[in-house]
Amino acid sequence: MTLEKFNLQFARVRGAARVFRADVNAIEWITACRQVNERGGRLVALWGSERAPGFAVHAALADADGLLVLILPVPQDRPSYPGIEGIFPVAGRMQRAAYDMLGIEAQGDDDRRPWLRHAAWPSDKFPLRDDFDRACIYEPGTDDYPFVSVAGDGVHEIPVGPVHAGTIEPGHFRFSIIGERVLRLEERLGYKHKGIEKRFAGMSLDEGARLAARVSGDSTVAYGWAYAMAAESACGAMPPPRAAWLRALLLERERIANHLGDLGFIGNDAGLAFGLAQFSLLKEDMLRLNAELFGHRYLMDAIVPGGVARDIAQSGMERVRVEADQLTETVALLKNIYDEHPGLQDRFIACGRVTPELAARLGLVGLAGRASAQALDLREQFPVEPYDQLDVQMATHRNGDVAARVTVRFEEVFESLRLIRQILELIPLGQTRAALPATAAGAFALGIIEGWRGEVLVALETGANGAIARCHAHDPSWQNWPVIEHAVIDNIVPDFPLINKSFNLSYSGQDL
Amino acid sequence: MYNILKQIVTTGIKTEPPPVADEALRATGERLRADILEYFGGALTIRHVDAGSCNGCELEINALNNPYYNLEGLGIKFVASPRHADMLLVTGPVSRNMEVALQRTYDATPEPKLVVALGDCGCTGGIFGESYASRGRVSNVIPVDVAVPGCPPTPFAIMQGILTAISAKKT
Repeated sequence: MTLEKFNLQFARVRGAARVFRADVNAIEWITACRQVNERGGRLVALWGSERAPGFAVHAALADADGLLVLILPVPQDRPSYPGIEGIFPVAGRMQRAAYDMLGIEAQGDDDRRPWLRHAAWPSDKFPLRDDFDRACIYEPGTDDYPFVSVAGDGVHEIPVGPVHAGTIEPGHFRFSIIGERVLRLEERLGYKHKGIEKRFAGMSLDEGARLAARVSGDSTVAYGWAYAMAAESACGAMPPPRAAWLRALLLERERIANHLGDLGFIGNDAGLAFGLAQFSLLKEDMLRLNAELFGHRYLMDAIVPGGVARDIAQSGMERVRVEADQLTETVALLKNIYDEHPGLQDRFIACGRVTPELAARLGLVGLAGRASAQALDLREQFPVEPYDQLDVQMATHRNGDVAARVTVRFEEVFESLRLIRQILELIPLGQTRAALPATAAGAFALGIIEGWRGEVLVALETGANGAIARCHAHDPSWQNWPVIEHAVIDNIVPDFPLINKSFNLSYSGQDL
Repeated sequence: MYNILKQIVTTGIKTEPPPVADEALRATGERLRADILEYFGGALTIRHVDAGSCNGCELEINALNNPYYNLEGLGIKFVASPRHADMLLVTGPVSRNMEVALQRTYDATPEPKLVVALGDCGCTGGIFGESYASRGRVSNVIPVDVAVPGCPPTPFAIMQGILTAISAKKT
């Protein structure tokens, strides 16, 4: 096993995902990060936790062998650790968030501005510390975030948000422009921070499932599955096979529904209202069938630790099959219209381009990554049941523009429809939910799944009583938000909504 | 162009009737039209504010404009600025980082104005509750006329909530 290259003691974390963990010291921490980077691996997530009397910082790294979790103790009297932003640029915001939440500082990295903390709590209080007073509501402080300013002849700033002009989530975008051209975009997020991670602490594993399903509503199945995988790993349980297959059915339905919605909105943002009308009809039909078959339009709480909440009858499977056939036909027709629409293609092509080199350097993931030649899809690379029996075909493109992100969505819709047909054919009979054994105290567990936007990770630590001591949920938007700042450079301001929509990132999932 | 026209004709008109008279809500599409005419000169304008939701409610607000619900067909329209709005449609528990923005949006909306709080979080704080980071229900921050529960509420329920707000203001 090539893991030996690291010269570290890795232990396999039990569970469906291929995860290894190692306790490291500061030198091993940096060395292992460098090695993973040199081998073409990347940083998936970075988070902190309290380990009385001190703290710990965790880095989840994706390597050819699986997911490696490095755990570095951080002393109480001098709570700092070597920063890894120089190795993985994507670490920057995660390190700033870890400081806001726990007061552990990344040495050597320059940007010390708060990220999730605005003015709701003072800079010397850290919500995820055990001694943080949950009942205390602090007086709002002043919020004067120092944006980077661009000077020069004819440079203007456009501040946008947090309340945006459309029905979208809040965040702030600071554009520096000359004429219509964007010189620089700086994002400021964290507006939706509502204390999810603190909320998890003390919940039972079952209670936590409902909260996990609401980290980012559009990815509720992905979060539900990643959380269930972690909870099952913590208890040493596996879902019954039929439940695993049903989870994949739900996940692919979530992927299709979101892609259909995005394809409509992207068409609309480029001036083709017809596209929005058509795709939103298709999406609505899917949501209505979801409600009938699974009890919820967006499939919230359909996945539970131990399995799924509801089985599907033979008649329901038949309806899903008919729907898949109809969708395949209609989406092909609409794809043809998009492809041959000169006005649409004129807006799509070369707009908001992220080159494969930039994508690799910045760690772009998910569907946006695949549109920039990043061949990453957990369903193909580290398939959990049932993906190990489904032969997922990854969609990748090299152009990295809006057109490529549209094409990847189309291809993924067709692939998911194919997978759904396969699932309906191959799904085994049997139980759909297993009772979970008592949770082990002091367990460390992890779940990760390829959601429609990218990989969703949930890490769990249980306390002495088996309740949740720490639960960290990681959205792929952490990786992809910083890339939008690059994608818009030299584009015109009116193309920003189109570029932004072509990524369609989560604010809630990143703000936590 | 031929394919687009052909698809439009093939699709036909999908719009469904608006929510039927509900005893509790006492509002129908027909009465709604009268109400809007009476109070808002033939067009109700809504500014949506996400004050900290999980984005589930936003999915359903967007669905209101699909051809099935066709909210705009009733003369109800989403606008880009609170200064153009008659109604604020607010989702989420109000995160403390959004509290000032929500308050300012409310202040920027001209009188007479209505507020509809959406979703379990908007109604009660929901699963996120009140904490160092969340003010909980929308009415903890700005006055609320109608609160529509649900996680997320269906487009149909949201429509009913909007209609209820308009008729409730009458008495």
